[in-house]
Amino acid sequence: MDKSNKELCNVIEAALFSAEMPLSPKQLKLLFPKSNRPSNDAIMDGIHKLIEEYKNRGVELTKTGDGYRFQTRASYAEWLRRLHDFRPPRYSRAMLETLAIIAYRQPVTRGDIEDIRGVTVTTDIMRVLLEREWIRQDGVRSVPGHPALYVTTPSFLSYFGLSSLENLPTLDDPRAIVEIANDLQSNLTLNRNKLLDLDNAGLVESTDQISSGLSEEPQDY
Amino acid sequence: MNESKLSPHTDVDNKSDFSISGEPSNFLPKDLYIPPDALEVILEVFSGPLDLLLYLIRKQNLDILDIPISDITKQYMKYIELMRQIKFDLAGEYLVMAATLAEIKSRMLLPKIDDDDEDSEDPRAALVRRLQEYERFRAAAQNLDTRPRLDRDLYLAYARVYDPNKKKPETQVELADLVKAMHRAMTLSERRRSLQITREALSVRERMTRILSQVKTGEYIRLETFFSSDEGRMGLVVSFIAILELVSDGMLKFTQNENLAPIYVKLAK
Repeated sequence: MDKSNKELCNVIEAALFSAEMPLSPKQLKLLFPKSNRPSNDAIMDGIHKLIEEYKNRGVELTKTGDGYRFQTRASYAEWLRRLHDFRPPRYSRAMLETLAIIAYRQPVTRGDIEDIRGVTVTTDIMRVLLEREWIRQDGVRSVPGHPALYVTTPSFLSYFGLSSLENLPTLDDPRAIVEIANDLQSNLTLNRNKLLDLDNAGLVESTDQISSGLSEEPQDY
Repeated sequence: MNESKLSPHTDVDNKSDFSISGEPSNFLPKDLYIPPDALEVILEVFSGPLDLLLYLIRKQNLDILDIPISDITKQYMKYIELMRQIKFDLAGEYLVMAATLAEIKSRMLLPKIDDDDEDSEDPRAALVRRLQEYERFRAAAQNLDTRPRLDRDLYLAYARVYDPNKKKPETQVELADLVKAMHRAMTLSERRRSLQITREALSVRERMTRILSQVKTGEYIRLETFFSSDEGRMGLVVSFIAILELVSDGMLKFTQNENLAPIYVKLAK
């Protein structure tokens, strides 16, 4: 790598490390003075070189939505959980199912979600999804009542480590009930054991956990 | 509920014996005490009537094309009854599903009309389609849950302390706010001046030590707590200076939730 290429990589690396949000190639490009602004290709080239350089490290450079960010590798979660004393919120199946339907079928109305799940979507679930900024309202459907349409946001991609919606795992084909049945047995057993293993705090539905996360304690600085 | 089939090993002390894969006929016999919490856990396993139905279908290893609606309905009703018995806040949808099952059951008893309009479709078909559609998203949700996600499996690697719980932006404690707090304390003291009897010599250093011992536990303590009007203006000034000294030495820090909110003092880590 020649000197200017190395320099470019370093700038990108430093910028990504100090940025709170993922940075897009366009944003990275604008860091350079107009007189000496690298081409899009050069920026992408630098990003890919960095991705390569970080391939076998504890942190990795990944794409999320339009931007790139450094994150720790998932395989080191076990150690890092001991470092970060906050408890990751757990999300109820109802909430995850709702989120999955919005992600795959967007834009959807609450009615669409209820049709698939066969159960009312509680206001709580929608509120938490909106508060976490995983979904947002995007217009209304032009039918009587004008129900709100919901779509997922870049934060959703970011949180679940997706580079784009196309990156969502393919939805399973409708399967024969018999096949579903075999899966269900193992899943249910798994779920049950998981649930019974939890201490009381873990049993609290996610909304409680989230609100407890919104600490009223003064923040340090 | 058929108690004669109650399995002998049902044991309230062992949570894992609240088996939902056990026969529903010996699920919650009347004389068996199940801690309400444990039951809620079991019921939470079902996220809705479709989920419960899928489970019941699995239990009987049913053929997709030939769900014995009568059996399923019976089983389903037993679960509904169970949920009602323990006063589980039963969503209305569970009852709607019960009605749907009953409707399908009755339609299946009717003689088939030899017509190729949609009415001649197997009455179960619509239900099967819903079950299949629901199952796709059920799987997708599970999939989503197992993906490595932020703050659980991976963390942002960036050069500042990251607090995922933080919602409010940080607020600077402005000097003016401190002065205002001081002013309030002074005014208060002004009003009580007549109570002042003696004036002690006060040492800033001694006050610093005392304040440090007060915040030792690491709690957030309101700034005003340190201003005791008993000591008069001098005492207030000494406390104020002592706190400023400690902050400037990096022993204490100020925090404030938002502008105009109470100012807290905390031991710096």
